[in-house]
Amino acid sequence: MAVKLVFLGKLADLAGAPEREAAAPLDWGGLLKALEPALAAQVSSEKVRIALNGGLLSDKSALAAREGDEVALLPPVSGG
Amino acid sequence: MAKDVRLLTEPFVPGALVGPFTDAHPGLGGVCTFVGEVRGDDAVEALELSHYERLTLPGMESLADETLARFELMGLLIVHRVGAMLPGEPIVLVSACARHRRPAIQAVDFAMDNLKSNAWFWKREKRGGEWSWIEPRPEDHADLARWK
Repeated sequence: MAVKLVFLGKLADLAGAPEREAAAPLDWGGLLKALEPALAAQVSSEKVRIALNGGLLSDKSALAAREGDEVALLPPVSGG
Repeated sequence: MAKDVRLLTEPFVPGALVGPFTDAHPGLGGVCTFVGEVRGDDAVEALELSHYERLTLPGMESLADETLARFELMGLLIVHRVGAMLPGEPIVLVSACARHRRPAIQAVDFAMDNLKSNAWFWKREKRGGEWSWIEPRPEDHADLARWK
């Protein structure tokens, strides 16, 4: 088991796939290290939000994901 | 059937949904329906909406709850497409029925402004065979500010 990363919108293009796995446990620093530099730079942008198991984090640097968790990386929405 | 919120992966026919919705609310004084379609101008060949399972539908459900709490409605129907769509295909439908017209009209306006700016959808469009992501528009946020 690991942490599942889900990339939405243009982040999925940058990541090359909508999902991938990262080693657990995973904190904010670990997440940035697990991503390619261009992707990590995007994810660091204040416009990108993070959800852990469907719950939005008010402070993404407080990310603490365990085995089996799902971490979604959410760029600004383009609306319905 | 006060609240009906759906996320669809296949094309839909608005009338086929609004008819039964209206029938389910005998005694209504008015029903207001907005249908948004994929615009056919600007050489757009296709539009694709992606969503995030854990946020998109729950977000639409809470928007529906907020709309029902805010306006005096008998029923509210919110339907949104995801996936690839062609120009002319319906992408969103909001229908509200009420005893009186104004709450129905305003509820649809309110729900649409929220869907356009706040809902968890990411959109890309295809022009000349190339896909590009659509960025949020400042106008959408200005529309939402009307309701603050």
